[in-house]
Amino acid sequence: MPIEILMPALSPTMEEGKLAKWVKSEGDSVTAGDVIAEIETDKATMEVEAVDEGTLGKILVAEGTDNVKVNTPIAMLLADGEDASALEGAAAKAEAPAAPEPTEAPAPSAAPAPAAPVASKPAADPDIPAGTSMVSTTVREALRDAMAEEMRRDENVYLMGEEVAEYQGAYKISQGLLEEFGPKRVVDTPITEHGFTGLAVGAAMAGLRPIVEFMTFNFAMQAIDQIINSAAKTLYMSGGQMGAPMVFRGANGAAARVGAQHSQDYAAWYAHVPGLKVVQPYSAADAKGLLKAAIRDPNPVIFLENEILYGHSFEVPDMEDFVLPIGKAKIEREGSDVTIVSWGIGMTYAVKAADELAGMGISAEIVNMRSIRPLDIDTVIESVKKTGRLVTVEEAFPVCSVSSEIGFQVQERAFDWLDAPVLRVTGKDVPMPYAANLEKLALPNVGEVIDAVKAVTYTS
Amino acid sequence: MAATARKTTGTRSKSAGRSRSSASKSKAAPSIADFSKEEELEAYREMLLIRRFEEKAGQLYGMGLIGGFCHLYIGQEAVVIGMQLAKKDGDQMITGYRDHGHMLAMGLDPKGVMAELTGRRGGLSKGKGGSMHMFSKEKDFYGGHGIVGAQVSLGTGLAFANRYREDGRVSMTFFGDGATNQGQVYESFNMAQLWKLPVVFVIENNKYGMGTSVERASATTDLSHRGASFGIPGEQVDGMDVRAVKAASEKALEHCRSGKGPYILEMITYRYRGHSMSDPAKYRSKDEVQKMRTERDPIEQVRNRLIEKKWASEDELKEIDKKVREVVNEAAEFAQNDPEPDPSELYTDILL
Ligand SMILES: Cc1ncc(C[n+]2csc(CCOP(=O)(O)OP(=O)(O)O)c2C)c(N)n1
Ligand SMILES: [Mg+2]
Repeated sequence: MPIEILMPALSPTMEEGKLAKWVKSEGDSVTAGDVIAEIETDKATMEVEAVDEGTLGKILVAEGTDNVKVNTPIAMLLADGEDASALEGAAAKAEAPAAPEPTEAPAPSAAPAPAAPVASKPAADPDIPAGTSMVSTTVREALRDAMAEEMRRDENVYLMGEEVAEYQGAYKISQGLLEEFGPKRVVDTPITEHGFTGLAVGAAMAGLRPIVEFMTFNFAMQAIDQIINSAAKTLYMSGGQMGAPMVFRGANGAAARVGAQHSQDYAAWYAHVPGLKVVQPYSAADAKGLLKAAIRDPNPVIFLENEILYGHSFEVPDMEDFVLPIGKAKIEREGSDVTIVSWGIGMTYAVKAADELAGMGISAEIVNMRSIRPLDIDTVIESVKKTGRLVTVEEAFPVCSVSSEIGFQVQERAFDWLDAPVLRVTGKDVPMPYAANLEKLALPNVGEVIDAVKAVTYTS
Repeated sequence: MAATARKTTGTRSKSAGRSRSSASKSKAAPSIADFSKEEELEAYREMLLIRRFEEKAGQLYGMGLIGGFCHLYIGQEAVVIGMQLAKKDGDQMITGYRDHGHMLAMGLDPKGVMAELTGRRGGLSKGKGGSMHMFSKEKDFYGGHGIVGAQVSLGTGLAFANRYREDGRVSMTFFGDGATNQGQVYESFNMAQLWKLPVVFVIENNKYGMGTSVERASATTDLSHRGASFGIPGEQVDGMDVRAVKAASEKALEHCRSGKGPYILEMITYRYRGHSMSDPAKYRSKDEVQKMRTERDPIEQVRNRLIEKKWASEDELKEIDKKVREVVNEAAEFAQNDPEPDPSELYTDILL
């Protein structure tokens, strides 16, 4: 039996990739460990090594093919002594359509609501002048562009962190920055979070404008003392003489299957602390406009990115200097029946839920918070006064979460406008499990958002 | 300053196992105590098990059966097996996320390790920990830690408990060259020497911390001297030669067991694969990797000696390989067919 060579997964979040190049041709003999092909993902080019030995019988996916899904058969390997005739039956089987992917969220269980579907359209962004042309950009590119623009603008801005320079970033966010700005301003550090964070705070106190990249925010826990005790409090303790104008940025929250120590959302942790600003962008435009604002901000800003969003593309305005205000939420979508408030990756659930709800005749307004501290509660209150109902969505733990704070402030200021209790959809109150089924259960899903909206709108 | 960091204090007896050769400049290998036939065969079998296990794990990762980060130990097998051959029952091991080899060396069932990698209920942590987070109280394996450097303080704590109980155990605390720059490593060194804790600090210097070479991350690159300012003796060991590792480990373990405090072993080794499965490893040349593989491979070294001394024939070695493959295939089979954890497990083991 010929052996199928499958499109391999090469990273925790890879779902598809480009088959960039075949290094071996049909008829070549292959031994275990030989590089047979090269695959490109949005992060890197990787080599595919053969695991078995034999002859490359047939190439099923031509080089240059984009978007090849993981586990698609890409070639057939003939074992010793087999000839090409063995390929026929097998290849036919390989080309049969793959089983449909299970959808990520359980379909809403209730029968379709009788109400007519309502329109669910993205609202315009008041921070983008009408008529501005838009460019499709990944969050990854947007972050890089923001840093590059600010580094061109201000010589005091520099980037430091693990693998940011020569490796071009562990998640390829700083791609090209070393080339443009050189090793003085794009600095590879040893694995020394507590040390380099403290060092950067000191540099900021002395007038530089550091951008500190944490490979992920999980590792910022090694450094959290310097962030809170030094960066956040110095302005106050010095009676306003000096502070720490700097940005702490990096991937935050769950990625995919990286387990309890690498999957945590720190928004609530940092939002708790006076003296910090906390930003959690969703789209590429958020990422670009808010990172530029964060770099210019005279305060320490915690900038929480998300690994899964890095590869997502969004429209970004083609403007000379696109800066978004920190502390201002955005109405991502207008609606009248319920307010869904979210931020960062939570927005992906909110947007999908709103689409499905529209089909059921429920009109959801989505508020994308963009910043967590300062928290633009006014925008939330205004929306709640209109809809009378509120559901919050985030991936973090529920207890003492950002949702807790929003719910509290809403009952404080809009109690009389609420027609139902405020509900929150969050990650479960457990460390992130590794097993695929448990991880899925631990994270929120679109179905849970829909259920929460149905509950607050008393829809069956 | 540099002068005080030159030679260390502490005992530096000239045991046969003392070796200062590095994996890259291996010419002048000092005399190393020879292994008996049985020892060579055991080392061969155990290292091969790790090698084949890791190759299989890489394959299952490519098929999407293992998720997240998966850090393979291929190339470094002699380090953990040499230590395992030197340790006594009850000695503990703790390491970072590159931990599959350590677990196999501690005698854990390959099925349980592989099923943890696939996230199944028969995994060592019931599928809840994953590749980087596995533990076995029964076999004195304390993890499996995802935060670089954290295990160094934890391993020092194991030694604290050993001394507290005066039970004669030694903690073998493993960490990478990259991890040696974390602050808590030095906080731990100080306490370990201050309180004479029985801990062997095993630095697995595989030349890179992710994409950064030791030279680009460390002001001084002889990591065996990193304990000098605390008076902790240390030495460099050819970590590609299982005999050198065993000899050095015996000496270090004896030092700790006799109440003299901690000891540092810098194992000069090499990882063949990328840092994790998603590392394209563009920071080093193919030649560098190939040279290591062909000239210094820890398993080939044993294999060549076995053949040279006529202690085993090609056929006998093939037979060992076949048996090892069977064990690994069985583990992979189990890890693919074992069910996922019961959904109720989501809420267990959070608090007692
Ligand atoms: C505190 C912390 N910072 C960063 C990381 C990301 N990271 C994981 S492994 C690694 C490199 C470690 O290199 P080394 O200590 O040499 O061990 P090796 O991987 O070579 O075995 C880094 C930076 C982490 N897991 N924890
Ligand atoms: Mg290393």
